[in-house]
Amino acid sequence: MAETSTDANKKDFAVNRVSLVQMRPGQKGKIVEINGGYGLARKLEALGIRTGKEITKISEQLMRGPVLLQQGHTQAAVGFGMASRVLVEVNAEDRK
Amino acid sequence: MGNPNVGKSVVFNRFTGANVIASNYPGTTVEFTKGNMKLGDRQVELIDVPGTYTLEPTCKAEEIAVQMLNEHADGDIIVNVVESTNLERSLNLTLQLIKRKIPTVVALNFWDETKHKGISIDDKKLEQTLGVPCVPICAVTGEGIKLLVEKLKEAKPPDYEYEDNQRWQKIGSIVEKVQTVTHRHHTWLERLGDASVRPLTGIPMAIVVMFLAFKIIRFIGEGLIGHVGEPLFEKLWLPVVMKLSALMGSGGFLHDLVIGQFIDGQIDFGQSFGLLTTGLFVPIGAVLPYVVAFYVVLSFLEDLGFIPRLAVMVDTLMHKLGLHGFAIVPMLLGLGCNVPGALSTRILETRRERFISATLLSIAVPCAALQAMIVGLVGKHGAGYLAIIYGTLFAVWVLLGVIFNKTVKGESPEIFLEIPPYRIPYIRNLAKKIWIRIKWFLKEAIPFVLLGVLIVNLLYTFGIIQFAGKITAPVVTHVLGLPQEAVGALIVGFLRKDVAVGMLVPLGLTIKQLVIASVVLAMYFPCVATFTTLIKELGVVDMLKSAGVMVISSLVVGGLLNLILPG
Repeated sequence: MAETSTDANKKDFAVNRVSLVQMRPGQKGKIVEINGGYGLARKLEALGIRTGKEITKISEQLMRGPVLLQQGHTQAAVGFGMASRVLVEVNAEDRK
Repeated sequence: MGNPNVGKSVVFNRFTGANVIASNYPGTTVEFTKGNMKLGDRQVELIDVPGTYTLEPTCKAEEIAVQMLNEHADGDIIVNVVESTNLERSLNLTLQLIKRKIPTVVALNFWDETKHKGISIDDKKLEQTLGVPCVPICAVTGEGIKLLVEKLKEAKPPDYEYEDNQRWQKIGSIVEKVQTVTHRHHTWLERLGDASVRPLTGIPMAIVVMFLAFKIIRFIGEGLIGHVGEPLFEKLWLPVVMKLSALMGSGGFLHDLVIGQFIDGQIDFGQSFGLLTTGLFVPIGAVLPYVVAFYVVLSFLEDLGFIPRLAVMVDTLMHKLGLHGFAIVPMLLGLGCNVPGALSTRILETRRERFISATLLSIAVPCAALQAMIVGLVGKHGAGYLAIIYGTLFAVWVLLGVIFNKTVKGESPEIFLEIPPYRIPYIRNLAKKIWIRIKWFLKEAIPFVLLGVLIVNLLYTFGIIQFAGKITAPVVTHVLGLPQEAVGALIVGFLRKDVAVGMLVPLGLTIKQLVIASVVLAMYFPCVATFTTLIKELGVVDMLKSAGVMVISSLVVGGLLNLILPG
């Protein structure tokens, strides 16, 4: 019984944590990890986008184009590769 | 100093009465401008620096900003312009500046926008916390500027202390203390902003905007030529030069230099090639209307905030060319004049990107002056021929980009761009910006066009064009299929491309030759103004490589057109 519940938790956790690329446009979430090395983290930080911040994904472009996200009153376009290295914990009520 | 796109240049213009171009996208200012203002009874110097998010620069424009800061002298004051609607991340730079212990004044710009956005900031509390004057302002309307100037006198070295690794926590606690945000509904501008970056709505919107832009430019340009330019020259100026011509004896070397030669017994502003006829008609009568039209439309789109969104939409295409979406900025500016276009390649991060964008710009992006002349000359034969010229240049732009992407060494990073909100252009600033650009055009163009016309006359008088024509005949005549005299246009094209197109008029070229000559003139080499800018931006070695590509590709493309086009 205990085992199944941890499994469910694990699964839950895995689904909960997605990259910016995997998020759906309009979805909100909290940044939990930036895997791009110092350069990417620093660039994002300069715009006030950093771990622990609530963000909204505004849109994504076709053919692995840039992702647009919003934090506070700042909007930023981030290339596909960079976006795939930003991990976000999406809000439970937004999740399908 | 401040983040990109927070209105530093607008504040600068307000302070000094100077005219610096300001737009609604990050990276409008790529170099520093100095100006003077009165502070009390003292004359002080003010420097407008490019925006930067941090003091650890990521591109050339940001490097310039940090360099300016490092070179500061005793007694200097920093005016730190911040975006009130983005207080938290603006303070990131403010706190870094405070560490330098230079007297600082904080200008809280976009104060008016905070109200629409449901933000309320306690500027007094912020002032107490930071220990430097903080003044709410709205730079475009000028509110608060007077107070800001007053506060400059009170600027003192800040005494706020913090540990570097605690910076964001400090910022967090400051923001919590001074700012309250209330929820409110999205404005229609925000909805429009979001819609224009979603593929489904954004792509059609971008296409419609570009189509409308093109239509409006043609409408204004042709309107100005038909209703202002032509009447001015034909009705007012023609009788004056006719009198002058009679006074000068209707002929002779000096007459031909000043008035030009008669075409079918009459003065022809397009063909006579005198300083007072063609020399004035080309810049003012033929080119200026389109320059005005182009800058009206471009300046509006810039102030609205459309450019960064266009950059997002074209990002995928630009990646194929070894660039990213923001490289659309040098291309758009280049459609007006290649010089500001080449300067704006500084917003790109790597040397590879700057080389590719600058080379593509000077090969395949014709400036407004050249376009106006081509439209005037070729347009008469039908829009289809113009389509061939533009289509060829676009194909060259894409093809060369793809080749560069495969061959040029170095890195091309992905797009990383702040997207500012749409803002309704403030009409006075818009008018001022258009005026700055027109004035700049007139100052640059008229002397060079006159010099060009003078040189054309000298070249013909001394038989140099005929001589050069004979030497270059194998290339010009056999490869490109142009008459020998066309080499004169290529010589003068280095000085001014609009004059060069004008030189084609008396040659009586076929439409096929006109198309080839237009394309080759656009591609073969930059004009001298662009050339010197490119040497500064790229360095001599890269410029030589770039020039090699230009010469070779223009011959290949011109030769191919000569083979393919019928007639």
